[in-house]
Amino acid sequence: MAITNIKNLKEFSTANERFEGAHLLCPGCAHSMIVRELMNATDDNLVIASNTGCLEVSTAVYPYTSWDTSWIHIGFENAATAATGAEAMFKARKRKGTLPNPDAPVKFVAFGGDGSTFDIGFQWLSGAMERGHDFTYICLDNENYANTGGQRSSATPVGAHTSTAQAGSVSYGKKQKKKDIVAIMAAHGAPYVAQLAPNKWKSMAKGFQKALETEGPCFINTVSACTTEWKFDPKDTIHITDLATDSLMFPIYEIINGTELNILYRPKNIIPVEEYLAAQGRYKHLFKPQYRHVIDEIQKDIDAKWEYLQRREEAKV
Amino acid sequence: MSKGVLATDKRGVRELGAEKKVGWDEVPQGVVLNSFDDNVDNLSHLRPEERPYSDFNSFTATVASWRVIKPVYNRDICIDCQNCWVWCPDTSIISRDKQMIGIDYDHCKGCGVCVEVCPTNPKSLLMFTEAVDNEEALSGWPEKKKKEKK
Ligand SMILES: Cc1ncc(C[n+]2csc(CCOP(=O)(O)OP(=O)(O)O)c2C)c(N)n1
Ligand code: SF4
Ligand code: SF4
Ligand code: SF4
Ligand SMILES: [Mg+2]
Repeated sequence: MAITNIKNLKEFSTANERFEGAHLLCPGCAHSMIVRELMNATDDNLVIASNTGCLEVSTAVYPYTSWDTSWIHIGFENAATAATGAEAMFKARKRKGTLPNPDAPVKFVAFGGDGSTFDIGFQWLSGAMERGHDFTYICLDNENYANTGGQRSSATPVGAHTSTAQAGSVSYGKKQKKKDIVAIMAAHGAPYVAQLAPNKWKSMAKGFQKALETEGPCFINTVSACTTEWKFDPKDTIHITDLATDSLMFPIYEIINGTELNILYRPKNIIPVEEYLAAQGRYKHLFKPQYRHVIDEIQKDIDAKWEYLQRREEAKV
Repeated sequence: MSKGVLATDKRGVRELGAEKKVGWDEVPQGVVLNSFDDNVDNLSHLRPEERPYSDFNSFTATVASWRVIKPVYNRDICIDCQNCWVWCPDTSIISRDKQMIGIDYDHCKGCGVCVEVCPTNPKSLLMFTEAVDNEEALSGWPEKKKKEKK
C-alpha cells in the first residue's frame, strides 16, 4: 500500500515516523508539523531535497540528521533542480536496468521556504515544473526569510513588520502585496496545485497524497506559522493557523490541470481578519489610529479573493 | 504504560553539542551521514524501537535541556483522539496501536501545542514546570470544568 490510511486520526497515528526529534527548529514551529505529515502520508521510499532555510539548517546539524530517508541539502535556490535531477536519473537507470531494486516505489519531494520558492529559487522551480518531472514541491510559507533574521519576501503580506520592511512612525511595514504563487504554478499547467494548512490535517494529508500519487510536477503551498517572526506564543501555532484559515487570509483550495478549482475548506463562521492580525506581534502597529485603514484594505482584498475563488470554482474554468 | 517503548536503548542517549565541534573546513566534501547502521528495507513498517539507528541519527540525541516547562500526561482522561500526535512538532507524542502511550521527554521541547489541542475536560495533558514531579502533578489534577453560561 502506497498511501497511508487517513480515514481518521486514530488510523493515521499508526503511521511510523520518518522525521526524527532533536532537530533544532524552534519549539512550536509549524515547518516540522508539515514535514512530519508529508512523510507519514505515504509508505513509499522518499528522496527529498531541501533548499537552505530553517528546515534545512535545523535538521542536518553535523554530525546529526533528522531524516530517515534519502535527503540532500543543496543551495538556497535549487531543491527543485536536485529533486528532479534525481528523478531523471532514477528513470534513466530504471530504463537501463541498472537499479538494484527497480520495483521499490519511490517518490521525489522538494521542500523550500517562501524566500527560496517565491523569490530566489523561482526560476529553478519554474524550470522544473515546465520540464514536467514526476515530483512534488512543497513550499513552507512562513512569509519571511526566517532563517536569516526575518527579512521580507514576496510572500510577506501587506502591513506585516519585517526586519527589512519595518513599521514605525513613517511606515506601516510591507507595502507590496503578496505574490500569488498558487496561480503562477497553476499557470504552468501542472496537474495538481494546492494551498493547504496544518490545522486542517485531513485536507493537508489528502492533498499530499494526491500530489504524491499524481504523475507529473505538483506544487503545494503550505501555511507555516512562525512563532519567532510572527511573534506569538509557541503553544498557539495551531490556534493562529485556525485564525488564518477561518479569516480566509489563507484559503484552502486546489487547482487541477491548471483549470479546475476546488475549495477544500469553507469556514462555518468567517472571522474578521482583525482577529488574525491582533494575535501576532508583527501586525501590532496596524492597531494604531493612523494605520487602521490598512486593516480595512487587507479585509477588502480577502473578500475580493474569496469571491474570485468561489466564482472560479463555480465556472470550472 | 509500556515503559519499554518509551525507553529504547538508543533514544536521546547523547547530549546535543557534547561531541567535538567540527569546523566547516573539516567536513569532508560530499559527506554522507547514514541514518542507520544497516540497510533498511521497508522502513516505514519498522517502529522506532525496531530500527538500527546510527549515531548520526538525531533520534539518538536529546534536546531535553531546552525545556523549562513540560507536558504531563494523564492516561485516565485521555480519549486517544491523537490530536496531540498529529500536531506535535517534535515527534514526541508516542502512539502505538491507536493509543497514546506517553511523552518522549528526550525530544520534547515544551512548546505546549499538545496541551492546547487536547479536547478533553479536564485536559489529559497539562504543562508544569520542569522541577515538578510527574506523580505529584497527577495527584493534583484539576476537576472537570463546568461550562460557563453566557
Ligand atoms: C543564494 C543565497 N542567498 C542567500 C542565502 C542566505 N540565506 C540562507 S537561508 C535564507 C532565508 C531562507 O528563507 P526561506 O526560504 O523563506 O526559509 P525559512 O528560513 O523562512 O524557512 C537566506 C537568505 C543563501 N544561503 N544563498
Ligand atoms: S524562526 Fe520560524 S520557521 Fe524558523 S525554526 Fe523558528 S519558528 Fe520555525
Ligand atoms: S510540549 Fe510540544 S514538543 Fe512536547 S510533546 Fe507537547 S507538542 Fe510535543
Ligand atoms: S489530545 Fe488529549 S485526549 Fe487526545 S490523545 Fe492526546 S492526550 Fe489523549
Ligand atoms: Mg520563510
